[in-house]
Amino acid sequence: MGRITLENITKSFGTTEVIPPLDLTIEDGEFTVFVGPSGCGKSTLLRLIAGLEDVTSGKVSIDGTDATMVPPAKRGLAMVFQSYALYPHMSVRKNIAFPLRMAKMDPGEITRRVESAADVLNLTDYLDRRPGQLSGGQRQRVAIGRAIVREPAAFLFDEPLSNLDAALRVGMRLEISELHERLKTTMIYVTHDQVEAMTMADKIVVLRAGHIEQVGSPLDLYRTPRNTFVAGFIGSPKMNLIDGAEAAKHDAHTIGIRPEHIEVSEAGGPWSGVVGVSEHLGSDTFFHIHDTGLAETLTVRAGGEVGFRHGDRVSLTPRADALHRFDDKGLRL
Amino acid sequence: MARAVTPRRKAVNTALAWAVGLILFFPILWTILTSFKTEAQAIADPPIFLFFDWTLENYAIVQERSDYMRFLWNSIIIAGCSTLLGVAIGVPAAWSMAFVPSKRTKDILLWMLSTKMLPAVGVLYPIYILFIQLGLLDSRVGLTVVIMLINLPIIIWMLYTYFKEIPGEILEAARMDGAGLREELIHVLTPMAIPGIASTVLLNVILAWNEAFWTLNLTAVDAAPLTAFIASYSSPEGLFFAKLSAASTMAIAPILILGWFSQKQLVRGLTFGAVK
Repeated sequence: MGRITLENITKSFGTTEVIPPLDLTIEDGEFTVFVGPSGCGKSTLLRLIAGLEDVTSGKVSIDGTDATMVPPAKRGLAMVFQSYALYPHMSVRKNIAFPLRMAKMDPGEITRRVESAADVLNLTDYLDRRPGQLSGGQRQRVAIGRAIVREPAAFLFDEPLSNLDAALRVGMRLEISELHERLKTTMIYVTHDQVEAMTMADKIVVLRAGHIEQVGSPLDLYRTPRNTFVAGFIGSPKMNLIDGAEAAKHDAHTIGIRPEHIEVSEAGGPWSGVVGVSEHLGSDTFFHIHDTGLAETLTVRAGGEVGFRHGDRVSLTPRADALHRFDDKGLRL
Repeated sequence: MARAVTPRRKAVNTALAWAVGLILFFPILWTILTSFKTEAQAIADPPIFLFFDWTLENYAIVQERSDYMRFLWNSIIIAGCSTLLGVAIGVPAAWSMAFVPSKRTKDILLWMLSTKMLPAVGVLYPIYILFIQLGLLDSRVGLTVVIMLINLPIIIWMLYTYFKEIPGEILEAARMDGAGLREELIHVLTPMAIPGIASTVLLNVILAWNEAFWTLNLTAVDAAPLTAFIASYSSPEGLFFAKLSAASTMAIAPILILGWFSQKQLVRGLTFGAVK
């Protein structure tokens, strides 16, 4: 079980308020991702749940029990750190066994659990090595192994993949998702990478300056962003945001349109501009269009075979039903 | 690009390094050589460097006149115990300053270091009176405590610098893994800090071993360590250079050997944190 409830929690460092009053519920078995730009308080929020930081006020409950004053060791949560935080003086086996030893578990049971975790994570051949002798990906697996042997109420991941190279990151992303499918344990995952958030989460919590901007499933956030911040943050490349006269035509302060909802052609559309940089991904091409008179740059997604060149004048047609409208406070209309 | 080092330049550098090393080591070398001379050769003018009648008689006389082993034992006890006691106090102190610093931590560290700038003789009188009142004069316990206190700032500073290098996330991981403060210190922090603790212990054994001011002033017979052993061969005996040198050589030999075998560890300890 791992239902985590935050009620009206705040966190201040000295006089700086990092987390203004905040409420959040994470359901049992849910894969929740905290996402936001750096300094948005997402790691602090995770550390408050872990108990590594004390809340300034408010209440943290785990499975209905008040855990606000419970030290991290007693919360029954496991954490995977960005730096892996393995014990460098212990073998992989001892690293994974450490939480079980701390729980004074029977040695036979410890061996059984360590070996089963090593089996799941493909670490069996490395059990007697030290962390220093492992690659980044293997170290991250050891850190995950150390977390899963305890069968915790919830897993906390603090940007676990940001030290890995791009290819490994995609692989580990799948492994963690796979692990969640198998264990069905609550997972809270902090990242600044919206692609990780979109691909892994059951529920995304978008944070800015300690505030929750929106909570919802990845597609909810993508299709109906509550404000311009979420609209701009979720989705890659970013949603195009247009102010001024064009927005006023739609009775809004700002309108947003995703790159895939603009059609690019030689002529005939209501908007026009000059092609700048084109990014060819093979399956898709992203055109950055300048001089549209709407925004500095508009990003447009087209098929891989569309071949406009730098400096070409093109015509753009937005899909009318895919427009997002926002008021002068940036809120969705 | 790396700086190019020509063979010539390298040779000059090597020669310079040896020259500086020899100049620094020369007094010790001279003491050792003198200890093997007769008294007459020891004061010969011009001085004799290597071509004299090598003799062990000074060592025999010194051992006959005073019980070297008793002084040695006192030195070992005082240096060893004061270091262990200091480390036992220093580890928790450095831990709290490195991992749960307060606004005043930096000030406390500087204040502790400032006590090392106080001339020792300035507090000799009060400490002497205290020792008389507490019956600690000429006792190993008293000397151990005083020397421990004198070296404590250095112990805490060294351990603090080491602990600062240990990533806090590892200790947090231990906390998440269910370790209490005691388990965290025993299973995670201490094993990771072993090289640092070893350097600290080594340096402090040497400092305590060499400490002369307090050992000479607060001991007479029972607790007198090797520093007092050397001193007993100076002025009152007249200028018997050869015997004095023999006594000195015997006093510094153990620490010289210890230092020789642990020099790698020592250099690492003293320069730790300078580059990362």
